[in-house]
Amino acid sequence: MWSQIFQISLLNLRNLPQRLGSSSVIVVGIGGVVAVLVAILAMAAGFSATLNRSGAPDRAIVLRGGSSSAELSSTIDNRQRQFVSTLDGVRLSSSELYTVADIPKRATLLPSNVVIRGVEQSAFGIRPEVRIIEGRNFNPGRSELIAGRAASEQFLGIELGATVELRQSEWEVVGIFEAEGSAYESELWTDLAIAQSAFRRFSLISSMRLQLEQPGATDSLQAEFDSNPSIDLAVTTEEEFFRGQSEFLTALITGFGYGVALIMAVGAMFAALNTMYAAVSTRTVEIATLRALGFGSAPVVVSVLAESVALALIGGLLGAAVAWFGFNGYTVSTLNQGSFSQVAFDFAVSPEILVTGIVWALSLGLAGGLFPALQAARMPITRALRGD
Amino acid sequence: MKSIPLIWSNLFRRRVRTFLTLFSIVAAFLLFGLLRSIAGAFEMGVNVAGVDRLMVSPKYSMVDGLPISHLAQIEAVEGVDAATHMTWFGGTYQNPINFFPKFPVQPRFYFDMYSEYIIDPLQLDEFERIRTAAVASAELAEEFGWQIGDRIPIEGDIWLRGDGSNLWEFELVGTYRVGDEDTDFPSFLFNYEYFDEARVPETQGIVSNFMVRVSDPDQAAEVSARIDAQFENSINPTRTATEEEANRQFAAQVGDIGLIMNSILSAVFFTILLLTANTMTQALRERIPELAVLKTLGFTDRRVAFLVLLESVLLCGIGGAIGIALSGIALQALSPELEGFLGQIEMSAATTLSGVGIALLLGVIVGLNPALSARRLQVVEALRK
Amino acid sequence: MSIVELQQVSRHFTKGKQTVEVLDNIDLTIEEGDFLALMGPSGSGKTTLLNLIGGLDQPTAGSIEVAGQELVGLSSRKLAQWRARNIGFIFQFYNLLPILSARRNVELPLLLTRLGGGQRKRNADVALTIVGLADRARHKPGELSGGQQQRVAIARAIVADPRILVCDEPTGDLDRETADEILDLLELLNRKHGKTIIMVTHDPKAASHARHTLYLDKGNLVREAA
Repeated sequence: MWSQIFQISLLNLRNLPQRLGSSSVIVVGIGGVVAVLVAILAMAAGFSATLNRSGAPDRAIVLRGGSSSAELSSTIDNRQRQFVSTLDGVRLSSSELYTVADIPKRATLLPSNVVIRGVEQSAFGIRPEVRIIEGRNFNPGRSELIAGRAASEQFLGIELGATVELRQSEWEVVGIFEAEGSAYESELWTDLAIAQSAFRRFSLISSMRLQLEQPGATDSLQAEFDSNPSIDLAVTTEEEFFRGQSEFLTALITGFGYGVALIMAVGAMFAALNTMYAAVSTRTVEIATLRALGFGSAPVVVSVLAESVALALIGGLLGAAVAWFGFNGYTVSTLNQGSFSQVAFDFAVSPEILVTGIVWALSLGLAGGLFPALQAARMPITRALRGD
Repeated sequence: MKSIPLIWSNLFRRRVRTFLTLFSIVAAFLLFGLLRSIAGAFEMGVNVAGVDRLMVSPKYSMVDGLPISHLAQIEAVEGVDAATHMTWFGGTYQNPINFFPKFPVQPRFYFDMYSEYIIDPLQLDEFERIRTAAVASAELAEEFGWQIGDRIPIEGDIWLRGDGSNLWEFELVGTYRVGDEDTDFPSFLFNYEYFDEARVPETQGIVSNFMVRVSDPDQAAEVSARIDAQFENSINPTRTATEEEANRQFAAQVGDIGLIMNSILSAVFFTILLLTANTMTQALRERIPELAVLKTLGFTDRRVAFLVLLESVLLCGIGGAIGIALSGIALQALSPELEGFLGQIEMSAATTLSGVGIALLLGVIVGLNPALSARRLQVVEALRK
Repeated sequence: MSIVELQQVSRHFTKGKQTVEVLDNIDLTIEEGDFLALMGPSGSGKTTLLNLIGGLDQPTAGSIEVAGQELVGLSSRKLAQWRARNIGFIFQFYNLLPILSARRNVELPLLLTRLGGGQRKRNADVALTIVGLADRARHKPGELSGGQQQRVAIARAIVADPRILVCDEPTGDLDRETADEILDLLELLNRKHGKTIIMVTHDPKAASHARHTLYLDKGNLVREAA
């Protein structure tokens, strides 16, 4: 039985080149589905990875109570700031001013929100991943800023040595930094005190970053805040904070990707069915002859299925390759609804996504081959021999 | 057109094949309708665009806010017919998933500015009279099952109350619709006066945007320039644009959605093109003897080619029409889910027409090669087989 | 009066480097109202000659005048239009379109005329009545016997009222009895309706229905006494 299956499948695959034109329908159809699916999933994965990379479990973010998700709408005054920085369990703290400015994107030339973050020097201690790769760090007390690599790539005029006008004040870009591909790379950083005066925030800050003694130990801090009636603050780990920001858009893109791929898949499956029905009908006499010679119907079914699955696999691999070479590492930037600012991220084609794509391809190949295979097996031998 | 029954019968010669091909085309145009409409929602912004209305925003970032004192100065600018303001409230109703825009506005001025919004005059009176009143677009009220008189709690995030609470409560006194369409842009409006008094004192007097109606739409650009010049040297400079432009700029923040949608669509169409072309070629091959017979009967080469071409155009046209109709239906069903963050999504006439156009074009491209082979077909050889 | 006039007609085919002379310097005149049988062994050029007369093929040399029209040098478009008016074709394997009903098949040549839908249908029914198949108008070819299919094909050939019927082995796929019926029908069309008929056949019995018989051998015509 197994050798029968093997021989018939081999026979079948061997004359596949003769049906190259129609076989390419399955390859191209399924390749298209897989390419689109993989590319969109890679986009979602890239966005979520960028934000998730930005957070660490041993870091916490403190915001005004009630603005649990956005640094932009949060304000903290000096009194509360003092209170937080002296708490037990906080190894290091950085007060930060967070605002956005409109700068034209290189791609569209339309103004988009870029984050300007005023930081204390401790910010670099808390975020060791931030490294200056070009130029130097800003000097406190001067209108200088350093730009994340992605911000520099995405926005017009954010270049080393350039002077940019942000909110009626002039800034010199003195350095470009990297932060292991996190969302911070889409930001502009400057000195807190200078930012406060330039943006007329004076003694106010937006948020605080804390280095915790104990990873994830935010509950005790929150309890401390809640027990003090003059303190209205909320604390979350940075990891959770960024995950919260990425969840919505990641889910949206993922859902969108599966939706589009599903509709395409239906189209491709019909095309595959078409091709396989045609393949079976051109092989009618051959199949009937084999059956007349005593081959069972199972090998016939398997041989047809093997053909469509083999073609689907080729299509899936091609589609995945197209998505990989075309999009992996491709950088785009979008409005992060959570922070109301632009985040640049790379499409990330991961092995999991590739596997998902191949699984889709195989399923479509099976679905497209099944009915034609059964039809081939059910064909009455005598009629088929006449080639009716 | 006498040949239509002939083409029709040809299409149904291999029912299974025709239907499978048809469904592939339907799937492609279903995607076309959906993706173009979503991209359209981004490209055009919400459909509040009016040529005679300008939107005044803070120059540097839309999150800055503008002082309400600008209003009187804007009203005094030459060419300004009327002006009012609104403020982005943010906030959450029950669950962050229930996203819809909420704006404190000046009730009478707002509905005067947006004259296409239709509200019962008595409800508008109530909206103005009751401090904590709110009105909602009819669709939104329907979605959450709100009745007139319901109290609607909103948790504030950007704007906190001066009394230390962040819970805002409003009384629904009316609903409105947009024009005579039965769909609308979901939004929730409440009284600015109450909002301003209740918010944290340091934040009072700040609004997000001013909307300006110009006396002469042809002068819109000049009026914009005059408004911006007025505030150029203040600490709150402005940027004025038509609503359409402002919406487009906001949409561009999301990224080049159009590009992404178009890339996907090209992948889809490239795929479908190949699939359909293959089917048509296959169908033609089977029919070569018959086409030869038609030629012996006196059908000219051109006419036979035309028959083949028309068959493909018909198949693609029908598939395209069904696909686009389906996407219209799907959008109706999906609309309430997507409206919150994409604004109103609908199939525009342009999408529908371009879809049908592309379908017919696809038919021509796909049918062209088979049609040319049919045209070249030599009767004598074809009959000899 | 002659309706077909071939002068020094040759037809060569090239297969690779080889040239095959299928017809060699043929002169042939057929009178209007004739019923001519063309006989000869396989490969003798019968079908080629028929195709030339029917305006499906062009000679390598010579002139062909059919129904008052010189065919040599006509564009394929002009030829097609000429065929539609002057020639009815009948094939060995009927060549009906399987997807169309008998009436629709018969109606096909009328699609090339200016006739309206109602008139086309009436004409098709008249043609079907002449071949004795009025009651099968709605049947598809697959639902008809071989003889009936050939009758439909004959109805299709005469529906546009051409002067000449060109038949290539019209009875080659039929049994004796059915073949005789078809030949009787052709004779009827010749005698009663005045159609000029040129018929290629292998079958001497079929040829006996014709008024004249011509033999083709290796590309040359041999006239047989009537």
